[in-house]
Amino acid sequence: MLDVKAEAAEHSGAGAPGEEAPPLVVEGLGHAFGERQALRNVSFRLNRGDRTMLLGLNGAGKTTLFSLITRLYNHRSGSIRIFGFEIKDKPSEALARLGVVFQLATLDLELSVAQNLLYHAALHGLPRREAAVRLKREIERVGLTDRLREHARTLSGGQRRRVEIARALVHQPKLLLLDEPTVGLDVASRQFLLDHVRMLCNEGGIAALWATHLIDEVDSGARVIVLHHGQILAEGPVPEVIRRANASSMREAFDKLTGERSE
Amino acid sequence: MRPIHYARCLRGIIWREALRFINQRGRFLAALVRPLVWLLIFATGFRFVLGVSIIPPYQTYIPYQVYIAPGLIGMILMFQGMQSSLSMVWDRETGSMRTLLVSPLPRWYLLTSKLIAAVIVSVLQAYVFLFIAYFWGVHPPRLGYLTVLPALILAGMMLSGLGLFLSSVIRQLENFAGVMNFVIFPMFFASSALYPLWTVKQANLKLYYICMANPFTHAVELIRFALYEKFNLEAFAVVGGSLVIFMTLAILGYDPGRGLIARRAGTE
Repeated sequence: MLDVKAEAAEHSGAGAPGEEAPPLVVEGLGHAFGERQALRNVSFRLNRGDRTMLLGLNGAGKTTLFSLITRLYNHRSGSIRIFGFEIKDKPSEALARLGVVFQLATLDLELSVAQNLLYHAALHGLPRREAAVRLKREIERVGLTDRLREHARTLSGGQRRRVEIARALVHQPKLLLLDEPTVGLDVASRQFLLDHVRMLCNEGGIAALWATHLIDEVDSGARVIVLHHGQILAEGPVPEVIRRANASSMREAFDKLTGERSE
Repeated sequence: MRPIHYARCLRGIIWREALRFINQRGRFLAALVRPLVWLLIFATGFRFVLGVSIIPPYQTYIPYQVYIAPGLIGMILMFQGMQSSLSMVWDRETGSMRTLLVSPLPRWYLLTSKLIAAVIVSVLQAYVFLFIAYFWGVHPPRLGYLTVLPALILAGMMLSGLGLFLSSVIRQLENFAGVMNFVIFPMFFASSALYPLWTVKQANLKLYYICMANPFTHAVELIRFALYEKFNLEAFAVVGGSLVIFMTLAILGYDPGRGLIARRAGTE
């Protein structure tokens, strides 16, 4: 059922905006800070249920790309469409369909877990009662129901990240961005996040873009975009990218593509 | 997005500010210590040094603490306004600005809502200060407590707007100490908060003009007059005008297209 829809969306290209349009289409995106070209002719697309790892070293342009997709500032050239809505022209429609987990921890530590989520729901204009129902469901999915009333400050780093994912989904977006969400987490927390996002994509039909500089996080079931010095070097399902690079692993493929040693 | 979404968003932002306020009662009281030190110690020490003659809106000779009370209320509003605006950006611990800006509502609306929420807290502080000051001989007319409310709101909005504008453009002011030195202290001392401006005029004409051009002077005078049930049109016009200017600049500063944020991001 989902596949049929995804295919239909693919064939309709960047046609009519709305739920049938592809979750994210980036075309010919470029951005510069003064003289420094941060992104150059970046194009890719996320379809429904796609789990795409955006792989790049620090400084590759991942954070710039995320800032542009979340409209912290406008891009200079090209286009970014979220479910067909160009972020520059229809920011409200685009942002309403987008969930974000930032690189920096952004929970309000003075507030309880539930209060953090209710605040986020209010920013999206959700009615309180509906928000209360949804946040319970989302927090249950990340296994923190018993911590709902506690101050965010009392949570561990991994738990805070899980709350942030729950928060990003309270307004039920079908596109989820995660900017290096596992930085500073222990192995178990990292694995939980990876599994959780995989589940969201497979079962919820959510399209996720997960930025990372850790090749270990790129499993063979995902798609990958290799970003280097602001340019896309390779894009596609992980096995295909490995094959095209004549490599035996993602790590080798990455090293060959970028000519640099990976982490 | 329909009006109901806007209303829910504003309510959510105010609700969060109220929660933070409840959770941080200590900080709320600590913020009151500063103006109280000025009132209880400084004003007492200077009581007989500075003679304050009869100037509007007062109708009799007044003790010094009565004179500086409106200036100290202005100080509360300024500190609070700067702190809440600047902390949005600096607060790496919470990154609350990023959370705010991914809301689908327009950015000008988010910033204005944030401002309103911050002003509500600082107005509460001003009233607590007035309550304590009552026991120190500051006795404005009873109705003055009501008439001062719009003045507090307007002045608070203007000073928070200034903070918001600064937070969008100034990168060098890395911490609150910097803002204290370069913004708050100059604005506070070059104003009518601590001394009537006619004394400044006699001493140094240039400084007098600087004080007159300082929007904080007019915020203080607006509060001073309103506290004595009087309306100061000039102060109202300057404060209102400054509010419009600061908010416009702040919204431009956070505009994703004009990109003061974008310019800043590039250097990070």
